[in-house]
Amino acid sequence: MKAVLLLEDGTVFKGQAFGAQGQKCGEVVFNTSMMGYQEILTDPSYHEQIVTMTYPLIGNYGTNAEDWESRRVFVSGFIVKENCEYPSNWRNGATLDEYLKKNNVVGIEGIDTRQLVRHIRNEGAMRGIISSTELNTKKLAAQLESYPGLVGRDIVKKVTVRKPYPWGEGVIDVLSDEQTVPEPKYKVVAFDFGMKRNILRLLVSHGCDVTVVPAKTSATDVLALKPDGVFLSNGPGDPAPVSYAVETVQTLLGQVPIFGICLGHQILSLALGGRTYKLKFGHRGANHPVKNLKTGKIEITSQNHGFCVDLDSFEGKDVELTHLNLNDNTCEGVRSEKLRAFAVQYHPEASPGPHDSRYLFDDFIKLMGQK
Amino acid sequence: MPKRKDIHKILIIGSGPIVIGQACEFDYSGTQACKVLRREGYEVVLVNSNPATIMTDPELADRTYIEPITPEIVEKVIERERPDSLLPTLGGQTGLNTAVALAESGVLEKYGVKLLGANLRSIKMAEERDLFKQTIEDIGLEVPRSGYAHTWEEAEKIVEEIGFPAIIRPSYTLGGTGGNVAYNLQEYKEFIHWGLALSPRSQVLVEESIAGWKEYELEVMRDKKDNVVIVCSIENLDPMGIHTGDSITVAPAQTLTDKEYQIMREASLKIIRAIGVETGGSNIQFAVNPADGKLYVIEMNPRVSRSSALASKATGFAIAKIASLLAVGYTLDEIPNDITKKTPACFEPTIDYCVTKWPRFTFEKFPQTSPELTVQMKSVGEAMAIGRTFKESLQKAIRSLEIDRHSLGNRYIDKNIPLGKLKDKLRTNCWDKLWYVAEALRRKVSVEEIFSLCKIDPWFLNNFKDIITLEAKLKRRKGKLPSAALMRQAKEYGFGDKYLASLSDVPETEMREHRQSLGVDPVYKMVDTCGAEFEAATPYLYSSYEAECEAAPSDERKIVILGGGPNRIGQGIEFDYCCCHAAFALREIGVESIMVNCNPETVSTDYDTSDRLYFEPLTFEDVMCIVEKEKPDGVIVQFGGQTPLKLAVPLEKAGVKIIGTSPDSIDRAENRERFNRLVKKLGLRQPESGTATCYEGTLKVARKLGFPLLIRPSFVLGGRAMDIVYDEDSLKACVDEAIEASGEHPILIDKFLNDATELDVDAICDGKQVVIGGIMEHIEEAGVHSGDSACSIPAVNIKKKVLNEIKRQTKLLAVELHVKGLINIQFAVKDDVVYILEVNPRASRTVPFVSKAIGVPLAKLAAKIMAGKTLKELGFTKEIEHGHYAVKEAVFPFLKFPGTDALLGPEMLSTGEVMGISDNFGSAYAKAQMAVGNSLPVEGNVLFSIKDDDKARAVPLARKLHEMGFKIVATKGTCIQFIENNIPSEFALKMKEGRPNIVDSIINGDIDLIVNTTVGKRSIDDSFDIRRNAVDRQIPYVTTIRGAEAVVQAIESLRDEKVSVKPVQLYYR
Repeated sequence: MKAVLLLEDGTVFKGQAFGAQGQKCGEVVFNTSMMGYQEILTDPSYHEQIVTMTYPLIGNYGTNAEDWESRRVFVSGFIVKENCEYPSNWRNGATLDEYLKKNNVVGIEGIDTRQLVRHIRNEGAMRGIISSTELNTKKLAAQLESYPGLVGRDIVKKVTVRKPYPWGEGVIDVLSDEQTVPEPKYKVVAFDFGMKRNILRLLVSHGCDVTVVPAKTSATDVLALKPDGVFLSNGPGDPAPVSYAVETVQTLLGQVPIFGICLGHQILSLALGGRTYKLKFGHRGANHPVKNLKTGKIEITSQNHGFCVDLDSFEGKDVELTHLNLNDNTCEGVRSEKLRAFAVQYHPEASPGPHDSRYLFDDFIKLMGQK
Repeated sequence: MPKRKDIHKILIIGSGPIVIGQACEFDYSGTQACKVLRREGYEVVLVNSNPATIMTDPELADRTYIEPITPEIVEKVIERERPDSLLPTLGGQTGLNTAVALAESGVLEKYGVKLLGANLRSIKMAEERDLFKQTIEDIGLEVPRSGYAHTWEEAEKIVEEIGFPAIIRPSYTLGGTGGNVAYNLQEYKEFIHWGLALSPRSQVLVEESIAGWKEYELEVMRDKKDNVVIVCSIENLDPMGIHTGDSITVAPAQTLTDKEYQIMREASLKIIRAIGVETGGSNIQFAVNPADGKLYVIEMNPRVSRSSALASKATGFAIAKIASLLAVGYTLDEIPNDITKKTPACFEPTIDYCVTKWPRFTFEKFPQTSPELTVQMKSVGEAMAIGRTFKESLQKAIRSLEIDRHSLGNRYIDKNIPLGKLKDKLRTNCWDKLWYVAEALRRKVSVEEIFSLCKIDPWFLNNFKDIITLEAKLKRRKGKLPSAALMRQAKEYGFGDKYLASLSDVPETEMREHRQSLGVDPVYKMVDTCGAEFEAATPYLYSSYEAECEAAPSDERKIVILGGGPNRIGQGIEFDYCCCHAAFALREIGVESIMVNCNPETVSTDYDTSDRLYFEPLTFEDVMCIVEKEKPDGVIVQFGGQTPLKLAVPLEKAGVKIIGTSPDSIDRAENRERFNRLVKKLGLRQPESGTATCYEGTLKVARKLGFPLLIRPSFVLGGRAMDIVYDEDSLKACVDEAIEASGEHPILIDKFLNDATELDVDAICDGKQVVIGGIMEHIEEAGVHSGDSACSIPAVNIKKKVLNEIKRQTKLLAVELHVKGLINIQFAVKDDVVYILEVNPRASRTVPFVSKAIGVPLAKLAAKIMAGKTLKELGFTKEIEHGHYAVKEAVFPFLKFPGTDALLGPEMLSTGEVMGISDNFGSAYAKAQMAVGNSLPVEGNVLFSIKDDDKARAVPLARKLHEMGFKIVATKGTCIQFIENNIPSEFALKMKEGRPNIVDSIINGDIDLIVNTTVGKRSIDDSFDIRRNAVDRQIPYVTTIRGAEAVVQAIESLRDEKVSVKPVQLYYR
């Protein structure tokens, strides 16, 4: 069965359909991680995005019950060079095709993904439509026309939880199936802007009693829970329209230690007076070098962001740049010593990706300890 | 952090000759190190005994010592040069072991030399397995259960605990030499004793067998600020139990989830930190239980390795270069990524293709040894292929090997093999197991069952199944050419035109034309370290059947150089050296160079070497596609050995311009009849000869010519199936083998010149003028393959008049053949009469040796001539004559192949070479022997066992040795001869004459040097054990009388004066 991908500039890629049948619009982006597709598929930050994997052979190890980063699959479409129909791994439960079918995600394989990636690299991330039901590009173009894209839209409200809930699961060692759940020492309220589960698992494993709250939870409601710290999660889309969260954080700043990741970093930065802008094609992968400006050490990091904090926007403000991306010298982390808040643009919780940056969770614990 | 200012002069130790387990990859790493360290302003002193390397080119280092790599000699270099630091991690195990020896003996401390990269403590922690095991367990990781034995008693205790099968690994040996799997106590005892004898520290590791587990490797880099990155992950297709050097491997890892991969990555970080490798690259191997993911750490190499060369080529991340910069103080974030130029080297490459490495074996050369793969490495080379899918890279890898197999078809094996036997095959580790796996799939054996038999991961098996299924589909259409869609799919699966043609039963050209008419052509993609995230500045390309082509050929004047493909016996680094020089030459004269090769170990496949690199198989199809894309002004086929040479005629027929000597001239030299006419025309002399296609025909020719005869197939390399026959009795077997190896071509029968001296000449010609590069006199008599024979420049025993005649004939032949570039001629001289044995109007194996001996880069000059320059323009018009002697000696893999005979003959068996250079012949020869690990004694007991023909010549040798104070021991006939000539000698029994016999003495360590020459089948069998025990116990031995004469001269020179060292740069003055 055939499938097509149409980009807003008219470029068409024809391939074979896999996964669910249907059609969907989204922003077309690429991820350079060679492994970890299940985590990527279930990362809410990819909401309304059609993800291309640069590594051509995807599905090799199948899918399993553990590597979920949220309650469901969030990508709008999935593009690979070759989808593997015969996964091999001791944890495998279902093929990628079965998984996408079950989770209603349209996939396309057999296209020159490197060509697509180079196109996005040169022209920038753009809107696109993936379809295995309608192959007429004119019709698809009309449909794509009505898709507004990500800029200026609040996507967070679509992915956040409805009601607060406690999270108790710690990091699981896949080899021994053992969980690390120490006695909780600190109470953390975690804003869900599109939370990845591994963040929650790491918080628990670092001794936090975690309550996850919806994105629109007010500062008063947060403080009523008497938290030792507040966590701002990752999430999809443009941070600017998520102004309600920025305002909430502004209220919370100084009252309680704050740690943010990814969108959380952007929201904290906005709350601290910074600006954000859209990157040409974003950072998505598991190999980005980030320099910790305090220690001078390099961390290989997992990244997933299309927007970025403007370094210059903090000029004259009491905000410290803590981390820098060495590929393009963009902002990867900020800190306000005075307001006891810090955040990073990348993903210290990894999943997928290297574990070089887990010390940030220790930093958060330390910060909560300094009362 | 900027580079270190406290160091100025750095000593680099190379890895010496090409041996199994240590090949061109260390020339690649050493060359990168020399280049980058000099660019940084450091003075570089290099020691390497291998003249065929790029790194020993005199302009690569400030001082180049082509000297034996032994602690004693390197100490002399240190004494003379006074370097302030030593970089020990780029010269393989040889370099590392030598550095360790120098550190432990206090030499480094004495001369104030600092170790860069790794310190002694971390090297030992990684290399000494008991320390390693402890370190790994201390950081919470696991290693297979094991124990260390220094004696049989200790070994016995260990195996009681871990049970069988048990793996035996001697410590501190190359490429797992002496490694074995024992299934019973008797085998175990044998292997333990062998292992203890081979380990320089008499230590063996006995390990629990985890054969069948999945095997992975990670390439790790660390800088002094403790930044660590993983450059590449590699998954072995072959499970644990087969040495990783002998395994088909794939990059990146395919069947690990991110969770499992990160466990491995974290473990690697912990390991490199715990071992304390301060800066540079390391290779860490893991085993994973396919059933539950349990992870064992297998080993770590605290140095640049074969796998790091592979990882560099697989990702575009130049590990050795960056390791060198890290060693002098830079940190990863300060070094730019060569490929993108803009982003730093401090990242983890991500690739958007699949890489398959396939080892190349030469078991056909060692029929006495079992072609079974074990934990000891046996492959002599490897090919790497890149594709967008595993299937594509796998099939490209198969045809890159050049073993006349082009896919997984059953025509390459006995396709009628009964199912039971087929399944048995899957349980064994034969080198070509994959073809049996494919056949099992074809016969509908389930993937599950095949996995249970061979433990190759089902992911790979299912990929093979895809290939087999498509093959069946293509076959069903026999007589009908594939449709456009089917053709595209077949090409995406990596099928070559040649194989597709055979499936449709049409000629390759027809299939090719059909494919092109369908518009199914390859595109070229870039290897860019980053999955296209950033723009790449370095054109490092591979083909694929995709939509977008990134090749972007220029409009400059350009020439394509075809490389030599995987290393094998007879074709190795020497040819890669020539190809690199062609690229350097073109750059110097402003012509764009385009390299095509598929050997990941080499300097030629470094993206720095040429302007554009195509990492592609060297087949007609793959080369033609590149030529069509690039439209070069010419193609050089004469530098890469037989591989590209075989393509000369088909390429020319397809309209490709072959530059330099014409394919027609090459054919005049290769084609026996045309060659005979050529020799006759010029009034020259060659041994009488004939050709035949069957035994009867051969017999007829044999009776006409008379014995002895040299029998060989035509159009083969390295003397494959070549033999000297002394009587009709032994003719039949030899002819059968030659006919088989010769294929459609007739076999060649030459009158063999008994006891003649063989000479090799390398010369250069621009079509008009000829300059002799060097005349090499072989030490061993004619009949020993020129690649296996030691030789000397200048000739030692040949009269001036004869040498002049040789020069005259060389010039005559070169001009007659209109040679534009290099020509190599083999002569035999008997009773001062010159005979022509062979003419090769192309780069020969000896070109780098001659170039290093005379200090002139012949290959580079030749490439410039091919591009249109004349010798006069290049300023090379006169033969160079120096006062020194350069001796080349060959290195043999006998130790790795138990049961093989160490006797030399017309079939080439050596894997590599060394050079000894000195002011006199004896000392140069002694150094060459030292460099191959055949360190000659200056006192002790010499055993002689000599064939009748040689006995007279042995007498003066024995007398000299006796006069020098050696005790002479001899077998019966030889002993009588000596005593009759008043040389005191002790009588020793041969093997079959009773006990204690001569082999007992050898085993007991009572013999320090063995001289053993034989003739005919029986006496060869009689003395087999003498030679085999000499090999196993690493006792110096010589198997020709002329070799013995040189040995005696060398011993004299060793006794007269101490060996001294001198950089080659000073020899050329």
